[in-house]
Amino acid sequence: MIRFLIPVLIFLVLTGFLFVGLYKDPSLVPSPLIGKPVPIFAASTLRDAEKIITNNDIQGDYALVNVWATWCAACKQEHAVLVYFAEKLQVPIYGLNYKDDRASAINWLQQYGDPYVVNIFDESGRIGIDFGVYGAPETFLVDRNGIIQHKLVGIMTPDVWEKQFSPKIQQITSKVTK
Amino acid sequence: MVAEIGQFALVIALCLAVAQSIIPLIGAHRNNLSWMSVGRTAASGQFLFLLISFVCLTYCFVTNDFSVLYVANNSNTKLPVYYQISAVWGAHEGSLLLWVLALSAWGFAVSIFSRALPADMIARVLAVMGMIGIGFILFTLLTSNPFERLFPAAVEGRDLNPLLQDPGLVIHPPMLYMGYVGFSVAFAFAIAALLSGKLDSAWVRWSRPWASVAWVFLTIGIALGSWWAYHELGWGGWWFWDPVENASFMPWLVGTALIHSLTVTEKRSTFKSWTILLSILAFSLSLLGTFLVRSGVLVSVHSFASDPARGVYILGFLAVVVGGSLTLYAWRATQFTVGGRFELVSKETMLLINNVLLVVAMITILIGTLYPLFLDALGLPKLSVGPPYFSAVFVPLMLPLVVLMGIGPIAKWRRVPVKELFSQLKVFLLLGVALGIILPLAIYRDTTVMTTIGIAAAAWAILTALYVVLRLIVKRDGSTSIGKAYSKIPRAMLGMMIAHIGIGVFILGVVFTSAFSDQKEISVKFGEEVGLAGYTFVLEKVTGIQGANYQAMRGSVNVTKQAVPVVTLYPEKRIYTVQRNPMTEPGIQTGVFRDLYVSLGEPINDNEWGFRIYYRPFIQWVWIGTLLMAMGGLLGAMDKRYRNLSKANAKRNSVPHTTPT
Repeated sequence: MIRFLIPVLIFLVLTGFLFVGLYKDPSLVPSPLIGKPVPIFAASTLRDAEKIITNNDIQGDYALVNVWATWCAACKQEHAVLVYFAEKLQVPIYGLNYKDDRASAINWLQQYGDPYVVNIFDESGRIGIDFGVYGAPETFLVDRNGIIQHKLVGIMTPDVWEKQFSPKIQQITSKVTK
Repeated sequence: MVAEIGQFALVIALCLAVAQSIIPLIGAHRNNLSWMSVGRTAASGQFLFLLISFVCLTYCFVTNDFSVLYVANNSNTKLPVYYQISAVWGAHEGSLLLWVLALSAWGFAVSIFSRALPADMIARVLAVMGMIGIGFILFTLLTSNPFERLFPAAVEGRDLNPLLQDPGLVIHPPMLYMGYVGFSVAFAFAIAALLSGKLDSAWVRWSRPWASVAWVFLTIGIALGSWWAYHELGWGGWWFWDPVENASFMPWLVGTALIHSLTVTEKRSTFKSWTILLSILAFSLSLLGTFLVRSGVLVSVHSFASDPARGVYILGFLAVVVGGSLTLYAWRATQFTVGGRFELVSKETMLLINNVLLVVAMITILIGTLYPLFLDALGLPKLSVGPPYFSAVFVPLMLPLVVLMGIGPIAKWRRVPVKELFSQLKVFLLLGVALGIILPLAIYRDTTVMTTIGIAAAAWAILTALYVVLRLIVKRDGSTSIGKAYSKIPRAMLGMMIAHIGIGVFILGVVFTSAFSDQKEISVKFGEEVGLAGYTFVLEKVTGIQGANYQAMRGSVNVTKQAVPVVTLYPEKRIYTVQRNPMTEPGIQTGVFRDLYVSLGEPINDNEWGFRIYYRPFIQWVWIGTLLMAMGGLLGAMDKRYRNLSKANAKRNSVPHTTPT
């Protein structure tokens, strides 16, 4: 008798997990781009439409590429954290201004502070597609060879930084010094 | 007005589903024939009204009725009419309507083709299907009504997601849904058998062709999805182990196990309890797939807009249907009698191992897919498993399965001497290994251990499958002609042969593409030569063109091989005017032995573009193989003994009879 109950018991456990899962945010997504180079792109910068930025301009021991837009409420939430990272921790953050309006994006940066080294202006979202962007905000960690090492879907928080990004960054920067 | 008719038809269909699930069940319990017969009428009525509802929604799309919210969100006046029709199932609400329509179509088919079945059996089967119908129609009406009005009406629609504007996507969802809900028939038969307490193997023979046809639809649906991904996503890949792909693959694996275990139960009336469990499992996984896609618990390219209310509803429904049926199973399964005995080396054992391997493969995929969710629920740091995990666990499980696939069909029921098997098959073993070594070296002058093993497995699968049927023709007695010997071969056996050859062809494709593919992702200047796999690619120019509802940049790429022109490809980068979504449309030259595949990246400057080139050997074999599997399944389902079922059953009723093997 007992052995016939096994399937229903397993199913009940599974249902429990699924129920809990409903109220969680599946923020970490496996990205096919991890371990691959940053997609090739060339676009104008946000502040200066005449100036061209390409994938080769993302430089440094490591860098973050942050996808954001003024229409994205969650981006406003994470913005303060990014400003803090840029000012206090000197984290190099490249912005990918995604499907946005130039004037309102510049206005936003003036209002809330500008944590970005430079912003890629991706009005049509074409570059976003190559990055495999599901929606804003998303943050990519890129190493000095231009390889994407990590991807976060959702809001950057000090907690996420501690748990996901710091260890990764130590790992990739220590490799370089060897 | 039309939208209201559609909605009203949906409500009537719900009422009929309620009648269908209650009255026949009471009739079967009280042995009241006229109550039982309500099942058939209600099933036909439910199908009719859902069809009306579906036609109404289609009408709203074709006439650009943007006062219907769903139409305004998913269509546009400039959308070509065939995409306006396919846009009906382009998002959550409409695809759910298609889902219930497919479900009622299966119910309708059961009510037509099962006239010869015992009345109480069919009454119970239709009642179970009615209950599933209630669940999904209510889901549509309560959380996802496609007929909701928008006031004031929109002037112009927001257009169909450009990714879905592709011929492959027009038929992929209907096929997939027919497969998903098709397993509801086998499920309903299993539940009806459990309810009635008549646990002989008669229900298996009725259930088998339905399970096969559902499996065929699912196979085609998955293959189309993969074909679409290859043609539309611009990455040159055909399978991504995406959660939603996995969601359709899990019922496929269990469905495959089911159609094999049904054979054993039918022929040897053993594995009964296991077959019941698989019938429940196959449909449960279809429901789980629905939950995963529509609740937003996992992130995937396929995810519909997530809405917790929908998630809670489907999870509740899942709990009732699956929890209920597994409890019923636990309660009744103790009463199963043990069927025919068999020894360690026998066809039964091999089919059992086949089942175990397939179910274990399903479980590893389930764990891999839900792993991030498990960790998250337990409050652990999130991790996700990608293709490396799936390849690492899946391939080792499939390899013994393929080996078994060559032995199982010629093994005898009950008992077979190992020596006999070996003497029959050693030739193929040697041939397979030889081909595994020679083929990659002869074609590509290169090989690895895994490639050799893979090709050997594929050759083994094809050769042994041919042998199973050909031996019947070769070893006929002198008086019978070849034609007559052939005509005596049951269709089920031919079907099996074709499906197994399909698996061999599929493996060939997978092994060669994964071992010998080549690719470059670079930026090129106009006129610059790029070499790949012996071909030379030159991006001549990129020009702007205007499509029906999009603008595009079209590149023209000249491909030559040793200065001989091969083809000119035209990859496009499209911007759909309404949603401003960029889309990649690769240029592909399909060939039997290789595909050349180019797609445009981003413009670097006026005469330089990002550019991706892929060389994909044998990739078409992946889909040819799946097509063969589907054909085999269809042939099996059309076997003579199922067509004669009506006559036979009219006489014998529920007494099991044996069919010659």
